[in-house]
Amino acid sequence: MGIRERLSGNEAAAIAMKQINPDVVAAFPITPSTEIPQYFSTFVNNGQVDTEFVAVESEHSAMSACIGAQAAGGRAMTATSANGLSLMWEMIYIASSLRLPIVMSLVNRAVSGPLNIHNDHSDAMGVRDSGWIMLFSENNQEAYDNLIMAHRIAEHQDVLLPLMVCQDGFITSHSIENIELIEDDKVKAFVGKYEPKHYLLNDKEPIAVGPLDLQTYLFEHKAQQAQAMRNAKKVIADVSAEFAKLTGREYKFFEAYRLEDAEIAIVCMNSTAGTTKAVVNHLRDSGVKAGLLKIRMFRPFPAEEVAAALKHVKAVAVLDKADSLNGAGGALFEDVVSGMYVSKVQIPTVNYIYGIGGRDTTEKDITKVFEDLKDIASNGEVNNPYRYLGLKEEI
Amino acid sequence: MAYNLKEVMINTPSRFTAGHRMCAGCGAPSVARMVLRAVKPEDHAVVSCATGCMEVSTFIYPYTSWTDSFIHSAFENAAATLSGAEAAYKAMKKQGKLPENKHTKFIAFGGDGGTYDIGLQSLSGAMERGHDMVYVCYDNGAYMNTGIQRSSATPKYADTTTTPAGTVIPGKMQSRKDLAKIMVGHHLPYVAQTIALGNYKDLYEKSEKAIYTEGACFLNVLAPCPRGWGYNTEDLMEINKLAVDTCYWPLYEVIDGKYHITYKPAKKLPIEEFLKPQKRFKHLFKPGNEWMIQDFQEEVDRRWQELLDLEEMTNKVEA
Repeated sequence: MGIRERLSGNEAAAIAMKQINPDVVAAFPITPSTEIPQYFSTFVNNGQVDTEFVAVESEHSAMSACIGAQAAGGRAMTATSANGLSLMWEMIYIASSLRLPIVMSLVNRAVSGPLNIHNDHSDAMGVRDSGWIMLFSENNQEAYDNLIMAHRIAEHQDVLLPLMVCQDGFITSHSIENIELIEDDKVKAFVGKYEPKHYLLNDKEPIAVGPLDLQTYLFEHKAQQAQAMRNAKKVIADVSAEFAKLTGREYKFFEAYRLEDAEIAIVCMNSTAGTTKAVVNHLRDSGVKAGLLKIRMFRPFPAEEVAAALKHVKAVAVLDKADSLNGAGGALFEDVVSGMYVSKVQIPTVNYIYGIGGRDTTEKDITKVFEDLKDIASNGEVNNPYRYLGLKEEI
Repeated sequence: MAYNLKEVMINTPSRFTAGHRMCAGCGAPSVARMVLRAVKPEDHAVVSCATGCMEVSTFIYPYTSWTDSFIHSAFENAAATLSGAEAAYKAMKKQGKLPENKHTKFIAFGGDGGTYDIGLQSLSGAMERGHDMVYVCYDNGAYMNTGIQRSSATPKYADTTTTPAGTVIPGKMQSRKDLAKIMVGHHLPYVAQTIALGNYKDLYEKSEKAIYTEGACFLNVLAPCPRGWGYNTEDLMEINKLAVDTCYWPLYEVIDGKYHITYKPAKKLPIEEFLKPQKRFKHLFKPGNEWMIQDFQEEVDRRWQELLDLEEMTNKVEA
């Protein structure tokens, strides 16, 4: 019945990696994800895994080495944050275009500049359309569980796309919480062996990877990638269902928390969902029908399902932990509202940019959002759909 | 067994096939072909290639000239990409996931742009980590694929599209970086500078040593470019010969830190002989520009002398 432990999010990720026992881990230190390769190299040097740990000289080389390793026929994993992901950016797109199911732990942190080491989602948002599957995690348990499911999803023949598991820097990565781990043998059986159809190290069938791909074919290849991303939805649902059988822990595309009869709702990702749940409970105690929709699967984006889950609500607030600097609103907001629009769900919706650079987001802040939502729900008007939450001074 | 070109050609079928789209008179394809000939026929190879002329001319979807496994991912990371493949090989071999009696060799190719410049960090990292691989730089002295822009391998005074021989600034005003010595500074088991010369003996033998020396090894191969250098395509081998006979491109190897010059021209030719057939140096021969040739000669002499000194110094027997 699982192993009860107390672990930080980074420890949980490292232990998941140990149980997965990949062939190659290539990583470079960057706060707040540094601990993951740190813990992992201890497993390597103590002979607890079969992995070759490649202590590269940059994140660009980390992703390059993962590409080489995965194309060679091995399972490759890495971990990074913020500017590390920015430096990888070129290779992030190449990894997905080569259809290599690399798995990454992304410990979310603000992308420079100015320099800041604390949590927001600007790193993840910068690669949101790069062809990686993106799973977000509220806490250490979810970061662990998502990683255990990652290879089954990424390596599925209908998918073959890289996958990143996101968790909030410091808030989740460095906070020690209770967790239930799965026994090593059960993880091994669940994850299974990696058996790529084509790989560089197969001397019986040499292959060439990464061509110059011109006008005649590139469009089709990109369309295949997009199709693989659409295919990932079913695979994520299937693998999550199988995982639920193994552990009793159920994961959907998103978690609908007290949403079924909610009149006002917040949509958010990662650790803020925990704070929001607490506020929802308080409000429910006082008779306010508040609810939460916590996105787990951000890519592929469950547009129709989100719209359907929100269609009965009177007002929605989408919380973005990264500003898009586009004059129109955050990335999650735009995804949610365009999903609703296409599904003909017309609900007053408001966007809050919050928590930038690790600014604390407290129950008081979330309560304020619900208060605003009550007003919007009663008069049906959104005067300013693009707002800030927790900003010290008005701009 | 002594090197015999005919035997090499008969016994080792080319692993780099015809049909690629490299230019006539380009030095790079023969480098790729000869380096790969040094892989034992029974061994498999994983080749990684930086973005550049070689990559875009040999693997245009759905065609490839490479009979071994090949990977290209980006411009600056041929070494890092290959280091990942080599790490996977080690891990998979250890776990019995690959046949025990089959060996795979790891060879990276990059031009000077992808090696001296944008790929230097990735190269340095992979070499320092000691992956069992060979990095082969085919040095044509500029960014030829994008249209002849200067690199840190471009020789002084060369006319390139970003260092045009102008009326005020007569071409590139900086000397070339000495990459082989930077690699020697990594204390690698084997570093060599070579060229496709005559019957390819030097290139073949150094390739064989680099491929079959355990650890990270580096080959720097001068690979002339008819478009960038401005010579007649049929003169490739003559240009190569002049590069070594003028000591512009000395042939040497460094084994565990000891320098061995593998070719010392009986008669060291003046640098004009190498510069003259190349359009990129045309302005050096205009009246009034003699100082440029003189300066070029002095630098070649200084670097050649430094090499002779290094050879002597590193082979000195303790008294």
